[in-house]
Amino acid sequence: MNTPDFLLRDALLRPGALPRMSAADISMVISQARTSRLLASLAARLEASGALALLPESARRHFRSALLVHHKQRRDLLHDCESIRAALASVDLRLVLLKGGAYLHTNLAVSQGRLITDIDIIVPREHIEDAESALNAYGWESSQLDSYNESYYRRWSHETPALVNPRRGTTLDLHHNILPPTAGPTIDADLLFDSVKEVKPATFTLSLQDMVIHSATHLFHEGEFYHGLRDLWDLHQMLQEFPQLDASFWDGLVARARQLELDAPLCHALRYTRLVFETPVPARVVEEATGWAARLRQPLMDFLFIRAFRPSHPGCRLPLTGLALNALYIRSHYLRMPLHLLLPHLVRKAWMRRKDDSATALENK
Amino acid sequence: MSLLRELPMSALTERLASGGVDLLIGPYVYRIRSNVAAIGQGLARLYADFTLAPNGSFVDFDVGLRQDTIAQKLRGQAQFLFDQQSPFDTVPVQQAYAFLEWGMNWCVSLHVNEYLKLHAAVVARKGAGIIMPGIPGAGKSTLCAALGLSGWRVLSDEHALITPGTIDLTPLSRPVSLKNESIQAIQAFDSGVILGPESRNTHKGTVAHMKADMAPHSHDINTVPAALMVFPRYSRDEPQELYHRYRSASFVLAAYHSFNYSVLGEDGFDAMQHLVSQVECFDLVYHDLDWAVAKMEELVG
Repeated sequence: MNTPDFLLRDALLRPGALPRMSAADISMVISQARTSRLLASLAARLEASGALALLPESARRHFRSALLVHHKQRRDLLHDCESIRAALASVDLRLVLLKGGAYLHTNLAVSQGRLITDIDIIVPREHIEDAESALNAYGWESSQLDSYNESYYRRWSHETPALVNPRRGTTLDLHHNILPPTAGPTIDADLLFDSVKEVKPATFTLSLQDMVIHSATHLFHEGEFYHGLRDLWDLHQMLQEFPQLDASFWDGLVARARQLELDAPLCHALRYTRLVFETPVPARVVEEATGWAARLRQPLMDFLFIRAFRPSHPGCRLPLTGLALNALYIRSHYLRMPLHLLLPHLVRKAWMRRKDDSATALENK
Repeated sequence: MSLLRELPMSALTERLASGGVDLLIGPYVYRIRSNVAAIGQGLARLYADFTLAPNGSFVDFDVGLRQDTIAQKLRGQAQFLFDQQSPFDTVPVQQAYAFLEWGMNWCVSLHVNEYLKLHAAVVARKGAGIIMPGIPGAGKSTLCAALGLSGWRVLSDEHALITPGTIDLTPLSRPVSLKNESIQAIQAFDSGVILGPESRNTHKGTVAHMKADMAPHSHDINTVPAALMVFPRYSRDEPQELYHRYRSASFVLAAYHSFNYSVLGEDGFDAMQHLVSQVECFDLVYHDLDWAVAKMEELVG
């Protein structure tokens, strides 16, 4: 099955073709890239391929502006991570970065032009309280939640409520695992810690294989796909580059995912990066990753994800996209929680929202 | 190239509701989409002398103010669109025009970094550009409007766009936003003023925009060199005065008023230092517009 093309995809895969596009098409690419949070990533591709210099100034300035924001985020991140590293070191913990923060600490292809919204880190569960109070002492404040949300987080989530550095305006998510304990797979987080890599003194990221598996897990448990295409592009970049960095990358990737009970999201990642971005994945790896259950589900999953992995632009939305996004939203909830927990939670949240709404309505009167 | 005023109202309404109207505004092309009547009326009044971009132009900012769902129509709400997505909550349809103008500012505030951007009104007289930074409520827009009605050219009511390493100001001429008492003050200053739709009860009170491209060459796209930086402050209780401000203090204040000083990093620091070293800086405390306009005339000699 082939997905219909969209201009942003063509520009990402073949940046050299952008300068030959019409002015109207170039504006459409920029608009789709901005919507998908991929403008700076595309800009980095254009810069590396030399195509940026061939674009008219009217378009080039938008790419340059996006790159400036990316460079600023990189500077800020290094500064913030230094404070986080020091806080964790004060209680003898290591800084292990996840996702965007990890990418930006590397010179990996996935880091080029990657925009971030917050910093994600992981510490062993038994040290989560030490980590949180150390971070509080270094100026990272815990969010004030009402008692229901607070106890929900503490009991059922894989992260603490977000920490905020009010002086810097940065948000920090403190995880002890990469999925909530209520989700189907029970991931042994120690396995992740056992294979972390030091990217600079006292700063660690997951191993290359685990980075891919985590990125896939995050994306394919997600309920909202505003960043879906961006996250799939991350996976494409990783799957393209990592085999060059480590000749044994493909060997054992699927086995590692099985060990973590995360073979299902890896299987999705291998399929949709190939369908959308033509990512080269060895046939034996696809074969190994795709079990009979995955094959049965494939037509339905294709219907849903091919719609989710497109810019949310009226010009390139496929028919029934709304239905697919709703279905994925519901799917994400039952992936995260069994029904006996999910239903009371949703009822409670709906009730709290109703109360909030009527409270604001009263205030407005 | 044709002007917006050459489009009959029916054609303007039709185009706004379908593919959008592409306007040349300073260095950018805005595509504006809307199915709200006040938007067409406001644009026809305030943007009459703006040039329509040729078909197939590169579009910098695709914006809109639309009522798209039945629920929005029933509740009298409309939404601002950027890249055909809605980044903000809906707003009452009576405030649509003000929100379109704010949204158009937001595009530049957030997405443009080829210039050092200051939150400032920019005016010019005799080829000399004057940057007037100010926090909201400082009276920069009111003074800017009064100058626009006194033969000055208005380069922007919101953004000073400075090419880093130079003192060149890029014009981004748009209507001037007036709030609350400023609306009456400007009507009293010049009864011939052309105002757009009034948006009441917004988070900034009542807002109306003024047609500001009254001077000849208002839409000239060439840069204008900055000569002065004036920090205006409206105050009813203090004596009116104009006085020199130290450059070091001006640097800090101008950096505070910048949208992207920190995004530009070291280049932002250098750009700001170059600017402040080249322009003289003043504080202007005023409550009488005629007095303030006369003082500004003195400054440019």
